[in-house]
Amino acid sequence: MPSIGHVFKTLIDSSGLFFDAMLITLQLTIVSIIFGIIIGLFFALLKISNISILGYISDTYVYLIRGTPLIVQIFILYFGISGIFLIPDFWAAAFALAFHNGAYIAEIFRGTIQAVDRGQMEAGRSLGMTKSLTMRRIILPQAFRRSLPPLGNQFIIGLKDSSLAAFISMNELFNVATTLGSNNFDEMTYLIIVAFYYLVLVALLTWLVNSFERKLAISDR
Amino acid sequence: MPEKEMIKTVGLNKSFGDLHVLKDIDMTVCESDVVCLIGSSGSGKSTLLRCLNFLEKKNSGSIFLRGKEIELKNVDVNTVRQKVGMVFQHFNLFPHMTVLENVMEAPIHVKKIPKAQAAKEAKELLRKVGLGDKMHVFPSKLSGGQKQRVAIARALAMKPEIMLFDEPTSALDPELVGEVLSTMKELALEGMTMVVVTHEMGFAREVADWIVYMDEGRIIEKARPEDFFQNPKEERTKEFLKTTELK
Ligand SMILES: Nc1ncnc2c1ncn2[C@@H]1O[C@H](COP(=O)(O)OP(=O)(O)OP(=O)(O)O)[C@@H](O)[C@H]1O
Ligand SMILES: [Mg+2]
Repeated sequence: MPSIGHVFKTLIDSSGLFFDAMLITLQLTIVSIIFGIIIGLFFALLKISNISILGYISDTYVYLIRGTPLIVQIFILYFGISGIFLIPDFWAAAFALAFHNGAYIAEIFRGTIQAVDRGQMEAGRSLGMTKSLTMRRIILPQAFRRSLPPLGNQFIIGLKDSSLAAFISMNELFNVATTLGSNNFDEMTYLIIVAFYYLVLVALLTWLVNSFERKLAISDR
Repeated sequence: MPEKEMIKTVGLNKSFGDLHVLKDIDMTVCESDVVCLIGSSGSGKSTLLRCLNFLEKKNSGSIFLRGKEIELKNVDVNTVRQKVGMVFQHFNLFPHMTVLENVMEAPIHVKKIPKAQAAKEAKELLRKVGLGDKMHVFPSKLSGGQKQRVAIARALAMKPEIMLFDEPTSALDPELVGEVLSTMKELALEGMTMVVVTHEMGFAREVADWIVYMDEGRIIEKARPEDFFQNPKEERTKEFLKTTELK
């Protein structure tokens, strides 16, 4: 094992390189989670639509994504799409991650939407609100609050999963760490450093989600 | 002066699968009448109320509002529901909105009333139900009785022509029942047409214009309160009244 002093010195020296990589990791994570939420919400709404064909479509999507490894999905999207038309590596990785996260987020939303008391929909309808208006104004805001803890968890998973984009040569954290490690014949040092970066990012994300949750909770109490 | 019909059902039937819950219900509620719907558990009171509001879909029969048949094919059910207010046993307030927002929600988003005007009307209603000081709190901060009064104000905000109450005091602590009943009584005195499913016989006796007794999905007896409680005609009504007096 490298000494603590050596790791610390390397951490300082390589901070410039890692900083850029961290930005790419963050961009990948944020983009894939924003699109993942949109995709997830879309498929969750299909699932609860009471139209069986739409429910099957949603089920199939979730099954395909959850039933295959993320790295396979990334490769299929990357090689598959770039075979048809040119798509920047970043977007190939981001979309693969978004579709992956989307399946898990769809399940989160489906659960929390269904957990909202049936009386809420009835109250909305009895006031003359349409189903979609009640969904938008009454059900989804409540479901979204309850989704925050599991969503926060999914964000953390998504952040770490973005390391797989290294395999389609995105210069994100993990890729930079392995490259620097092998160039300097010092793999372990750089792996420890990259672990440190992930831990910092996860701590940051956790803090963000928690403070957002607290902010929403104030209005409930 | 002949009374004007507000809501009427003719031959209304409703089943849940094999369970025939409403059997040929003919019921007329006239303008400004207060009808108390009573009967033992499972007799179909809630289901009847929910059919009137189209929260349940009838299997056969007709429903008329002010003499006009409501055919879901032709009429927008959301427009009908605006005229029919509903108050639930478990309040069903929107927990993510303040009391005031609860009351303003439908007028703003359904009736498209300007926000300032909706707020003004909502505040008036909340003062009327005695909650002028609770406008900006969230429902979780309220007692059951206060929640139910907010729910009444929320329904009234749509200016309904008829109000349906499904056991509005059943979920309340006994000491909170009175405040809700007196709000309802006030509403009745103002001439609101009301159908109230209730176990509060005192309220029924005092406020109702008509008592409708249901059993096993049928209307057994419809009578003026004094007749109903003093000289019930039907055997089953007598039985029912015996059991309720024991309580
Ligand atoms: N959505 C539903 N699906 C299946 N059965 C139902 C449904 N709603 C009500 N029922 C059944 O219909 C019958 C009448 O129910 P309803 O709720 O109308 O009775 P109720 O008179 O309001 O009783 P309570 O005094 O207990 O509220 C009951 O046997 C009930 O189990
Ligand atoms: Mg009932």
